[in-house]
Amino acid sequence: MPVPESDLTPDELVARRFPGAVLPERSYRVDVAGIGIAVHEWGDPGAPVLFLLHGGFDFALTFSAFAPLLAAGGWRVVGWDQRGHGDSDHALLYGWDADIRDAIAVITTVTDRPAAMLGHSKGGSIGLQIVNAAPHLITRFVNLDGVPSRRPMPDVADHERTRMAATEVSQWLDHRRKISGHPQRRPGSLDELAERRRRMNPRLGLDWLRFLVTTGAHKSEDGWRWNVDSSLRMGGFGPWRPDWSVQYLAAVPIPFLGVLVGQAEPMGWETTLDSLRGVTRDEAGSS
Amino acid sequence: MTDVPDPSVTFVAHGRLHLALHELRGGTGPRLLLLHALGRATPDTVPSWLTDWPGPISGLDFTGHGRSTVPVGGGYSAELLMADVDAALAELGPCTVYGEGLGGYVALLIAGGRPTLVRGAIIDDGPGLVGGSADAVSPTAVRSLIRAAAGVSPDPWVLAELSRDVRPADYASTVTRLAVTGSELDDPISVVGSARPAWLRAVVEDPSVVVEDLDAALRRFAAQG
Repeated sequence: MPVPESDLTPDELVARRFPGAVLPERSYRVDVAGIGIAVHEWGDPGAPVLFLLHGGFDFALTFSAFAPLLAAGGWRVVGWDQRGHGDSDHALLYGWDADIRDAIAVITTVTDRPAAMLGHSKGGSIGLQIVNAAPHLITRFVNLDGVPSRRPMPDVADHERTRMAATEVSQWLDHRRKISGHPQRRPGSLDELAERRRRMNPRLGLDWLRFLVTTGAHKSEDGWRWNVDSSLRMGGFGPWRPDWSVQYLAAVPIPFLGVLVGQAEPMGWETTLDSLRGVTRDEAGSS
Repeated sequence: MTDVPDPSVTFVAHGRLHLALHELRGGTGPRLLLLHALGRATPDTVPSWLTDWPGPISGLDFTGHGRSTVPVGGGYSAELLMADVDAALAELGPCTVYGEGLGGYVALLIAGGRPTLVRGAIIDDGPGLVGGSADAVSPTAVRSLIRAAAGVSPDPWVLAELSRDVRPADYASTVTRLAVTGSELDDPISVVGSARPAWLRAVVEDPSVVVEDLDAALRRFAAQG
């Protein structure tokens, strides 16, 4: 859970009180094969369920301003922290399949009826696979910038492309060696953590980033640290192909709304509408 | 992981995992690192088909296997096991890597990831060689009702996840190129088994990959040290 207000300094308390942000009304844990997943809810418990899937390095409480609006619209809004994120357990292993498995466990624990789902970025891509793997669980799906697609390959020679791949793999292995020392995330002041996060999401306002620190980080004697597991790393490599998500998109059997972001940023997929034309039965639209 | 002391086994750290590294035979000269197949573990003694190797022989228990850490909740990938091997290489230094089944696929990956530390990779038959589809597949979520007993080795999750992981042919080709272009050895990849899943067909199509019998591969890599 977020640091209690009683443990916040006056300046931190100002950060916590972001206009419109409301902390979850109910929080609990779901055990998924030994991994504790933190689940958070906003809204009337008797209302129709809307699941929210957060993006990579985010956490359910990044929806703290959005979720109350949805709850006011008549939804029981349910989000959870993916393994290694937010208040969920740090696992020894992380993987796409594991995230999907955790998601389906949470969904089937929360309700035995089909429900609506909204996913942002990585959460949108996970949602696409859930809709394909277990379509009976989901009634409709909103995907916010969560459709990876094939990006134009840089115009480089084959040997240069091989060199780039070699660097990517060796850097990933170097990271795996580095985390054997059980490192913690780097501590800092509330503003320092907000600034670090802004490098990943440069369009987010400083006040919102400061709020996120108070809900997604913890305090110790040497400062604040983000809760996300230090063994996790941005990017990576492997057999996964971004265009597979486009195949999943083509198979979506339920009402679907996709939103693409027009501006490039470090955490974005940069998928364009052109790359998706012809994928869906109805013409894709942008917003 | 077991607490029974065994001087031939040391544990190396990979993140928060502890991996059992077995010294099957000591001595001097080029070192061979044995990578077991899916659901198996390092044998207690040097297999008869490897006894002619002229130097020391080690074996690594992958995560979720043998005496290595069995995590809760799954999340395996072949790339994670490649990093297991990298942790062993950090301890042992350069090695020729011999892999059976899944270990053969991981041997290819580490040959591409650490081409200067892998003094030849030998890919042999065994459980887990085939993997899953060469294209996108449904996630293992449908198997989420597995009731894995905590700490059991081999971990049921590793059996579920790495018997069906995606192994595209072009991915295997790229890794092969990384190994060939990054290695100081001539022809650092050897395929000695008979099975040819799609990813391995792509590997043997590379002109620098040698298809030969095991004894020839061992002699060739031992001579290059």
